[in-house]
Amino acid sequence: MRHVYLDNNATTPLLTEVLEAMLPYYGEHFGNASSIHHHGQETRGAVERARESVAALVGCRASEIVFTSGGTEADNLAIFGVTKAGDHIITSTIEHHAVLNACKNLAAKGCEVTYVPVDACGLIDPADVKRAIRPNTKLISIMLANNETGVVQSLAEMAKIAHETDVYFHTDAVQAAGKISLNVMQMGCDLLTISGHKIHGPQGVGALYVRKGTGLDPMLYGGSHERSRRAGTENVPGIVGLGKAAQLAAAGLEKGSDAKMAETRDRLEKELLQIEDTGLNGEGVPRVPNTTNIYFDGIDGEALVIALDLKGLAVSTGAACSSGAIEPSHVLTAMGLQQDRAKASIRFSLGKQNTQEDVDFALSIIPETVARLRSLSPVYGRARSSGLRASSVGRTPKMADHAIREAENSK
Amino acid sequence: MVITETIAVAMSGGVDSSTVAAMLRAEGREVIGLTMQLWNQRRLAGHAGMPESVRGRCCSIDDVYDARRVAETLGIPYYVVNHEERFEREVVRPFVEEYLAGRTPIPCSLCNNHLKFDQLLVVAQQIGADKIATGHYAQIAFDEHLGRWLLKRPADRSKDQTYFLFGLTQEQLSRTLFPLGGMTKPEVRELARQHKLVIAEKPDSQEICFVPGGDYKRFLEAYLAEQGDRPADIGGEMVTTDGKVIGEHAGVHNFTVGQRKGLGVATGSPLYVIQIKNETRQVIVGKDEELYCRTLTARRVNLISCAELREPMRVAVKIRHKHQPASAMIESAGSDEVRVIFDEPQRALTPGQAAVFYDGDVVVGGGWIESAQP
Repeated sequence: MRHVYLDNNATTPLLTEVLEAMLPYYGEHFGNASSIHHHGQETRGAVERARESVAALVGCRASEIVFTSGGTEADNLAIFGVTKAGDHIITSTIEHHAVLNACKNLAAKGCEVTYVPVDACGLIDPADVKRAIRPNTKLISIMLANNETGVVQSLAEMAKIAHETDVYFHTDAVQAAGKISLNVMQMGCDLLTISGHKIHGPQGVGALYVRKGTGLDPMLYGGSHERSRRAGTENVPGIVGLGKAAQLAAAGLEKGSDAKMAETRDRLEKELLQIEDTGLNGEGVPRVPNTTNIYFDGIDGEALVIALDLKGLAVSTGAACSSGAIEPSHVLTAMGLQQDRAKASIRFSLGKQNTQEDVDFALSIIPETVARLRSLSPVYGRARSSGLRASSVGRTPKMADHAIREAENSK
Repeated sequence: MVITETIAVAMSGGVDSSTVAAMLRAEGREVIGLTMQLWNQRRLAGHAGMPESVRGRCCSIDDVYDARRVAETLGIPYYVVNHEERFEREVVRPFVEEYLAGRTPIPCSLCNNHLKFDQLLVVAQQIGADKIATGHYAQIAFDEHLGRWLLKRPADRSKDQTYFLFGLTQEQLSRTLFPLGGMTKPEVRELARQHKLVIAEKPDSQEICFVPGGDYKRFLEAYLAEQGDRPADIGGEMVTTDGKVIGEHAGVHNFTVGQRKGLGVATGSPLYVIQIKNETRQVIVGKDEELYCRTLTARRVNLISCAELREPMRVAVKIRHKHQPASAMIESAGSDEVRVIFDEPQRALTPGQAAVFYDGDVVVGGGWIESAQP
């Protein structure tokens, strides 16, 4: 059976060059990067070269990069690292759970958290951020690109607000890195998270950009690694892999890999939207070039993912979680989707390894599978005859102008 | 014979369903493992009187883990599908409402009718499986002569679960396999060992899956509190069969027909719950002899071995899971009602339970006990 992987926002396969770069560090170059002898000097060199590559990807100094065990740890380090009891934090309703649950924990320990909403297209209004600022606001954390919809926020204005009010600005750029150009100076952020396994690097490694001068408390105590910001013997092979992946990502962006990716994604999206009673989540707003999140009214997203998996196509319903959790996507819910539609939404996310043939394969099986699921669903037939389109779109109070216009047009 | 069907196995992480998956796989079939996530065990944990620990509950995280490990050992795809909302709506809520109405419910039958053999069948079809298989101890066979699918008692009588399966339709039976029907429990465990399944020695789960420790009263209190649904005043009178008020109770849901303990009244001779009158919130108590009835009315009857009861039929009837089938005549009493007249009076016929009719090993059908008459 042919296997096509279209779930790259969950994780990406290693690029060959990345694996090749890492292997020696699982083999003969095994030294502890802090050792004095040549074994250590070797791996120290590799770690620092990787650091420079990561710094180049985000446009900062090498000394401003802290290596971590992944995106989650980096998010946690940013949030716990600059706050203390009594502080106020501003974040959004669509953040990754690493940010949301870290903030939840802060709230339980004596901080206050404001969650700014998104509109029907998944965009945050900078005015909402500004309005939320208080005298004791310490940190604003807003993700650059959303993992479920791919929607990209325009952070510059929010970062500006943060600086005018002397507040730290963090962004989770895990899903943005490698897909769109990053420059921390232009973006104006103080802290930024990236993750290795989302950019064709290995799982288990990530990085946090920490602007020079930022007062950051470590979470892990021990040795003085990472300029005493993150103790623990360096995961050398992982870091080397991250460095190589970062280098390849930057080179790809320079050669226009994002435009090419967008073309392939757009074709997949356009064809899928030809299916009846479907729609795009995150329509008409900036998105990363690899992601499309589409709802297929009248089906159970879980069943569709399983049916497609059994046919060799890997996709997902929003964030990766295997415990059969009941909550529909908090991101889609925040965008105002009714529960049924949120549960009927599928995320397709491309990676560098995906080809036009992969898209052809997906298009050859998705429509017929959706049709079969709909024919087996008692709900779909009923809903269609009672005016599906008008009834199941829910809107939050805040709506982008184009979304309002679209709703009027479809009546 | 080339078997091309794909079978979805309902896996609970227990010995029975795991062995079914192993057996079908060994036969060379395409097997997909499915666990239905039906109830969040952590939901009421720590609530008013409920235990904090959720270990050992059916379909807990541990059970999903076990099912996943078994699937991986067998090399079959494995998925968890979430149907908590439907389970709460069609099993848990009715369970609570039945108790509040003074009846004694059987959630396992509702789960079978609406989830295991309905929702799961839909999911199986959606993902491309032709049939489902479960670890139930029961047998299914197609009778050419009658032109109907039959449900029969299993080889291992002590594990007979046909009482809970009386609601299965012809459509459901035609798409279901019970591979363990001809085996004994010890044989099943041995087979699990032979297949080197990690769960071979796992003890059986006997209780209602969403009621930890079997304390349904605690569950009711916690669930009603969580829902903010606790009726304000549910207490009432304890009355004897000749109309004398002899005490009070704190809610009809604390009682079941035939109950002797916990009545809160002491008289010279033992007293038993004879009847629960929900409209007046009275619990009628009386002597043991008064518990015996000869006739019962069953509603919402499902017939399996025949399409309808055109004339009275002699069968053996079970009025609860642990009950020796008793000889009786059944006759149609309405579009979906059946009257059961026992040869000998039976003890403690309980509204809310099921009356299941057997013709030898064959399950003729069954219905929900509505009322009983002496």
